[in-house]
Amino acid sequence: MAATLNMAPDTKHLEITLETQVESVNLAEEMCLRVAEAAGFGEDDCYRIGMSVREGVINAFHYGNQERPDKKIHLALDITPEKLIIHVLDEGQGFTLADVPDPLAEENLLSTSGRGIFLMRAFMDEFDVVLGRTGGAEIVMSKKLPAPGSASTNGQGGQETAPQQGA
Amino acid sequence: MLLRATHRDAGQVTVVDLSGRIVLGDGSALLRKTIRGLLQDQRKAIVLNLADVDYIDSSGIGELVSGFTAVKNQGGDLKLLHLTKKVHDLLQLTKLYTVFDVYTDESTAVRSFG
Repeated sequence: MAATLNMAPDTKHLEITLETQVESVNLAEEMCLRVAEAAGFGEDDCYRIGMSVREGVINAFHYGNQERPDKKIHLALDITPEKLIIHVLDEGQGFTLADVPDPLAEENLLSTSGRGIFLMRAFMDEFDVVLGRTGGAEIVMSKKLPAPGSASTNGQGGQETAPQQGA
Repeated sequence: MLLRATHRDAGQVTVVDLSGRIVLGDGSALLRKTIRGLLQDQRKAIVLNLADVDYIDSSGIGELVSGFTAVKNQGGDLKLLHLTKKVHDLLQLTKLYTVFDVYTDESTAVRSFG
């Protein structure tokens, strides 16, 4: 794991490079949970952020990098005055969101996979997948920071927000 | 927290007590191994007690579904007991709450197998 930390006046940036291995999923989750807690997110939002990071890194580990140890997973966090932005970049072939099956469709309900993208979309305020600098997929997702002084145990957005399209 | 699994018999029904996280890696693997082991022993009426499971990721959800399907395919049934709020909400979000039989009382869950 390699990490860099860069603090601009109003944006904090942290990025790490993770090995393509199962342990990276837990490591990424733990790191992002600490950042989210420090940023003031309440317990419920931290759960949603942690889960989303898990799912993003699982996606990169399994689907993007095909579990190949010679490939890396690039995780970056930006804390702006408004939101926490998370980037998960793999070194795979990339994918298009529209091609991801809807896990809520009747025919997919008993599928044993394919719910990660759906969970990230449900748990975060913003979610997108773009072509990354490696040529792989870059997941970009964000959650609005809690209002200063709010006793946030339960943030806005999240489970009540139905994803706009299946994934 | 690593997943732990123990099981006990209640007549023809096997209750599996799980505690920890059902996530990618050892947690999902242990759940798979436990259910497959029960099926090999011809224990096909299974209740998963999730009272001490407060975290499941998509891999864990996939393993629950995989176990459910495997048991059904052998003519048995797999039911869930004592969902924590997070797991309950996750199953509702993924529409799996309507797929699984879910109970809040163990004796009712055991009797439901008839």
